[in-house]
Amino acid sequence: MQTRIAQAQFTIKRMKKTILEAACASREGHVPSAFSVMDILWVLYDRILSFNPSDPDWEDRDRFILSKGHASLGLYAVLGEKGFFPADLLCDFGKFDSPFGGHPDHLKIPGVEASTGSLGHGFPMSVGIAMGLKIRKKPSKIFTLIGDGECNEGSVWESALLAAHHGLLNLCCIVDYNHSTDRALSVGNLTAKFTAFGWESRTIDGHDHDQIFDALIQTPQGRPTAVIAETVKGRGCKTIENNPAWHHRSPTQTELRSLLEELS
Amino acid sequence: MNMRTQFVQTVESLLGVDSRLVLLLGDIGVYGFRKAFASFPDRVYNIGILEQATVSLASGLASTGLIPVFHTIAPFIVERCLEQLKVDFCYQRIGGNFVSVGASYDYAALGCTHHCPSDIGILQNLPGMEIVVPGTAGEFDRLFRQAYADGHPTYFRLSERENPVDRSVIFGKADVIRSGKRATVVAVGTALGPVLEATGDMDVSVLYYTTVAPFDADNLMEHCFTPKILLVEPYYSGGLAGEICAAFCARPIALDCIGVPRRFLTDYGITEEHDEVIGFTAGMIQSRLEKLINES
Repeated sequence: MQTRIAQAQFTIKRMKKTILEAACASREGHVPSAFSVMDILWVLYDRILSFNPSDPDWEDRDRFILSKGHASLGLYAVLGEKGFFPADLLCDFGKFDSPFGGHPDHLKIPGVEASTGSLGHGFPMSVGIAMGLKIRKKPSKIFTLIGDGECNEGSVWESALLAAHHGLLNLCCIVDYNHSTDRALSVGNLTAKFTAFGWESRTIDGHDHDQIFDALIQTPQGRPTAVIAETVKGRGCKTIENNPAWHHRSPTQTELRSLLEELS
Repeated sequence: MNMRTQFVQTVESLLGVDSRLVLLLGDIGVYGFRKAFASFPDRVYNIGILEQATVSLASGLASTGLIPVFHTIAPFIVERCLEQLKVDFCYQRIGGNFVSVGASYDYAALGCTHHCPSDIGILQNLPGMEIVVPGTAGEFDRLFRQAYADGHPTYFRLSERENPVDRSVIFGKADVIRSGKRATVVAVGTALGPVLEATGDMDVSVLYYTTVAPFDADNLMEHCFTPKILLVEPYYSGGLAGEICAAFCARPIALDCIGVPRRFLTDYGITEEHDEVIGFTAGMIQSRLEKLINES
């Protein structure tokens, strides 16, 4: 187990390095938002989801939707690592004719299930996918990742009502609770809120791989599952951790060297 | 049979033969669809009054291979859910169907919150959105069956009013009612009734559009023998003006538009009273057409 986690941490560090370099080269990207979710994404794709990178539209695959689409660099890095496309393509991030933009486009990138970016869309789309899989009697599961800022959106709570009402046990909503919205509109105790909306809800450390795995692998008990993942925005580089100035900022070459040192 | 009753019959019929079809009601039409609820409980939902999530949910359903039909009152589909229609359907090229009631000021007595003369103009700004404005119940049936499964997002505009004639309309094609030399009248959806009354035996072309997008420019150019065009639409006026001008490729035309004026219609009453006030009548159409022919 320790070896697996050590290997995972090594891989995640390498992906974070790629993300920093892509952001630096393109002068674009939400690096701290991506770093916030890297542990969650890696555990999902490495140990939870069923998929086939050589057949991304395989009908019986599990689905993942990054509802907080501005963390796209994190998703691209993981999809590349898992073989959906050559990982080195990410060096083109943000270029005019690159498939890799600041928000993911499912028509351009294999493995991306939905084009997101406008907050509050990916979660209700995921509810629809869960309902569709249920109607079609498919055993696949659907995971969606939303942010705490996204929880300001009314459509998030509309979605929570719908999923609970329709008993969508094949749906798991992960909240990347990095507290970025505390400065604007605090969303408070999200575990209690999802529970009140009819979900099976629990809080975990969103950087602890064992806790992430245990939460995502559990069999739902009559309700859809909400996992409130306490995370640190910018996790891995102290300079950018919980630093609002870095929300949508790419590093200069000098800053890149410094951040890469922090990572290592 | 009115359009709304036809909508129930058409969708009930299709639910029986197309297992991909899923109906989502925004807490309206529930009694009308009672047979469908009983017959297809896993594909007919009274989804509730949460339109934004419903449109996104419909996109998710479609991405699993199903064909969603979402039905509620026009402003709650178009004005409240514009971003969901844009991002979750048009941008992602996902197919689905949106069937509204309460066209323009059909719900006159309910006031401006329930009016929606803006719907067509708004939706014309969404690349890939198909827009259908039937003029009769029968035309809705034909157009829905032709387009509901074509893989594109499609908006169907039901109205409480109907044309006196039922046409064999084809999705995406203008219906050439007649050809004439002195001007061309373009009538959209339920505007055809007053246009037929106004034009009588005048020597004008009358082109009937039930599909607004994609726009059939070919029939316009083929049957427009003089560049004098009167555009009559049952929603905010001038909706197709851009398409008509584009079809003429910078050649000069005389274009007049009749439709709903861009102001809040704050009175109540019935639709015919509003028609009189805003000039959406056969008499006004005839007067403007004669002016176009004789003065331009």
